[in-house]
Amino acid sequence: MIAIIDYGVGNLFSLASSLKYIGVETLVTNKKEDIEAADRIILPGVGAFEDASKKLYATGLVDTLMEQAAAGKPLMGICLGMQLLFERSFEYGEFRGLGLVPGDIVPLEGDISPDLKIPQIGWNSLKFEKDDPLFKYIKEGDYVYFVHGYYARKGEYTAATTSYGTDITAVVRKGNVCGTQFHPEKSGSAGLNILRAFSEQ
Amino acid sequence: MITKRIVPCLDIKDGQVVKGVNFKGVRAVADPVEMAAFYNESGADELVFYDITASIEGRKIFADVLTSVASQIFIPLTVGGGINTIDDFDRVLKCGADKVSVNSGAIRNPELIGEAAKLYGDQCVVLSTDIKRVDGDFHLYTDGGRTDTGIDAIQWIVDGVARGAGELVINSIDTDGVKEGFDLELLDLVASKVSVPIIASGGAGKMEDFAELFRHDGMDAGLAASIFHFKEVNIGDLKKYLRSEGIEVRI
Repeated sequence: MIAIIDYGVGNLFSLASSLKYIGVETLVTNKKEDIEAADRIILPGVGAFEDASKKLYATGLVDTLMEQAAAGKPLMGICLGMQLLFERSFEYGEFRGLGLVPGDIVPLEGDISPDLKIPQIGWNSLKFEKDDPLFKYIKEGDYVYFVHGYYARKGEYTAATTSYGTDITAVVRKGNVCGTQFHPEKSGSAGLNILRAFSEQ
Repeated sequence: MITKRIVPCLDIKDGQVVKGVNFKGVRAVADPVEMAAFYNESGADELVFYDITASIEGRKIFADVLTSVASQIFIPLTVGGGINTIDDFDRVLKCGADKVSVNSGAIRNPELIGEAAKLYGDQCVVLSTDIKRVDGDFHLYTDGGRTDTGIDAIQWIVDGVARGAGELVINSIDTDGVKEGFDLELLDLVASKVSVPIIASGGAGKMEDFAELFRHDGMDAGLAASIFHFKEVNIGDLKKYLRSEGIEVRI
């Protein structure tokens, strides 16, 4: 069973539906005991970092998440949920993330050509930087759906990038903790295959 | 590189796709879920659903249709039609919409754009506009393109983006249904004023019209309805053609 963390950020309908569609049992929850009982955890998220970070800390679940991650349970962050895995974000200020992955979340603005629109909205292709269990059922060049104005620069833990004026961390991995900047639940069959791989990881 | 998007639009009335008859071979198919599945299979990058019913009963049927599509099709879904309040945003987002398109509701109450953007994020708010030339100016129309508001459409769009609209649907009444290509004059003008993604609508009649659109800077997506519904253009073939023309698309 995958626990999808419900901390009042965004709509979890598509994520839960997509996992159900591929036959994976899910529980949308904000309860400590559910998260502890789950085999895997997904941290979703849309919106702004500050608001999401505050809401996540307000649930009192951060300690549980940290304990579960430290115990080796697979944890995947999606979109803003991926960004929350990092140490800090500079979206409208400077805010603290979970620090499960070293690095910062920075604005696209200033790092990419002013001709490119911000946020990046749309389908972009994946370039594998490393092997990763999430890539089991997809191939390099597959397209996935992005919506974001901030990003993690390519770094030590970048497993895949996408190109949007610069190399953007599309998939990050540090041990049992991973994340996708794109929305697998909105990325057609490629996205479903990434979720399937995570559910088997 | 980020791809150009092809977006079929489904007008839903009483649970059926309007103009959807004759959609699939000899069998009359106007079932939105079946059509959505077909478009998903053929490579649509996103789907737009317009609720053109007004009755409460129609709204309920629409919600069921949307929920059903959203639990089976995993590409972005944009929903429009009858969006006048934050409650309307909430209603369709709960059924699985990813983005919500506002048109007349935002003209009646421009604050709606900013309120929704603050609650759901800019990326969720799509400002849809119906625009027509009047004495050399571009006027904003309302009520499904029937009524001239007298408002300067370009200024309305610039203001809408400043309020928080994260994406634009630009529908040209002048080219709509003519099938001789998108309104590039209007679209270029909009692109020169804003930096959010633009979904061009109105005028696509053949594959070349999409290639021409995407050769213009600032065009992110092409939207059409009947040419896809009546299979005058197949999305799979369209994308192969666009790629052969050097335009980046998701295949």
